[in-house]
Amino acid sequence: MNATTMTRPGGWRAVATKEIADAVTSGRFLILLVILGLAAAAPVYFASGDIRNAAEQASGAQAVFLALFTIGHDPVPSFVGLIGFLAPLLGIAFGFDAVNGERSQGTLPRLLAQPIHRDDVINGKFVAGLTVIGIVVLAMTALVAGIGLLRLGIVPAIGEVERLLAWLVVTIVYIGLWLAFATLCSVLTGRAATSALVAIGVWLALTLFGTLLADLIAGALAPLSANPTIDETIAHSQAMQLLSFISPDSIFQQATAVILNPGITALSVSGPGQLIQLAQQIPSVLSLNQSLLIAWPYVVTLVALTVVSFAGAYVAFLRQEVRA
Amino acid sequence: MADEPLIEATGLTKRYGTFTAVKELNLQVARGEVFGLLGPNGAGKTTTILMLLGLTEPSGGTARVLGMDPARHPLEVKRRVGYLPDAVGFYDRLTARQNLRYTARLNGMDADDAMPMIDDLLDQVGLADAADQSAGTFSRGMRQRLGIADALLKDPAVLILDEPTMAIDPEGVAEILGLIERLVRERQLGVLLSSHLLTQAEGICDRVGIFLAGRMIAEGTVRELATRAGDPKLNLDDTYRRLVAHTEGAGRKAS
Repeated sequence: MNATTMTRPGGWRAVATKEIADAVTSGRFLILLVILGLAAAAPVYFASGDIRNAAEQASGAQAVFLALFTIGHDPVPSFVGLIGFLAPLLGIAFGFDAVNGERSQGTLPRLLAQPIHRDDVINGKFVAGLTVIGIVVLAMTALVAGIGLLRLGIVPAIGEVERLLAWLVVTIVYIGLWLAFATLCSVLTGRAATSALVAIGVWLALTLFGTLLADLIAGALAPLSANPTIDETIAHSQAMQLLSFISPDSIFQQATAVILNPGITALSVSGPGQLIQLAQQIPSVLSLNQSLLIAWPYVVTLVALTVVSFAGAYVAFLRQEVRA
Repeated sequence: MADEPLIEATGLTKRYGTFTAVKELNLQVARGEVFGLLGPNGAGKTTTILMLLGLTEPSGGTARVLGMDPARHPLEVKRRVGYLPDAVGFYDRLTARQNLRYTARLNGMDADDAMPMIDDLLDQVGLADAADQSAGTFSRGMRQRLGIADALLKDPAVLILDEPTMAIDPEGVAEILGLIERLVRERQLGVLLSSHLLTQAEGICDRVGIFLAGRMIAEGTVRELATRAGDPKLNLDDTYRRLVAHTEGAGRKAS
């Protein structure tokens, strides 16, 4: 056997290949397809009238193509809104049993006894999960664009496609954050069910109570009197702004809003001067670069959170005994 | 090189906090030899094996496998050591063949190139007919045999088997032990196997080490140990009992 002398590509590739094959033949992939398919089709179907109106009213420059993705029709939220809501669940669904699943099947010792680095396991699984989800989200985005093109005759402008791609990248980072977090849970907990519950619990807590918490803390830090002065109002809104970083959900929402809406020119106000300025501003449209500049702190925070979660899963797994 | 032991442990120690799982273990396994690591559950057998594979780091002492330190060169060691874990598991949704293909890829082989070898191994362990059955439907014994095929796939020089006959019916045990014996003869492997079932190990092991609470209390051929226990005709079961009683007695006297 000359396999022993062969230089081999990273073991993570073997792991990722197997995990991708596993994922696309699994039940959860089917569920992913159905849910995302609905998320893509329903808003476009129900909101097509609204979008058509928007298209008629638009004098040309505004982003009609993007409206396909951002306009919902009560009670159906927009595609972007639905993806934002589903993203954490997708990440969790593909990560919650990454390591403890191997443990409970008894395959972990056998896997680690193969000539691969221990981090290959976690890297391969992460890459596989993100690839599968990413491809499906990409496909569904293309589906929405296709429906818009065929049914509504909306042709995208280059700038709009760029914005959409930027949104996709941010969305995949956001999904990666939850995938990494779920993987961390799967390393730290013995059972897949526990891991899923912990991950979903954290997501719910941050999403539901994050804003509430931000409100409470902002109220304590920068209280508003019965007749708030402009200084109080600004201090309060700045505190809220800062505290919105508590929840990945709100970080993602804000980044998304700016990236997909060229009309948003600021997310925060830094003083009375700017407040007056904003009020007097002629409605204008930003270039993608300018929008990205505004969204940048949010995007960077998302990337940082993803890196921290992944590093957590990575370190925890490397330090763990094979027999836990 | 030929005389150098395939596996060598010197003063190998593993502590978890204040608990010592393995204490100053010395052992050697030569080419073509089956060494049995015998003792009750929790004696430190699996911990020893994990240290030899570089899957857990020793707290003291050194291990050498094929002349390499597994803690420093785990990949090189794992490339040439076949390992059958205790209670081996497979991916339930994959077939036996698919499971082995994955192992082949993890070993840097092309899965398609490895196919003839996979088929040959499945045939050798008597699973040729079940090759395309999903591993989830396998009985304990079938899993164990698939595990042996899995360990052999990398064409190892050393085979480490953790409780290879646990929870298998007597017929299956005879089959697996026969298979191991044949492999050692044909391939001149060095085999380290752990077991808490003494009678089963007696027939196949060239030498045995008796493990108790993290320490090897006796080591040698079955005959040598029986002589030490006072009667060369003793079977391993009785030898074990006498040696353990002796050790525990000595321990009481000392304390």
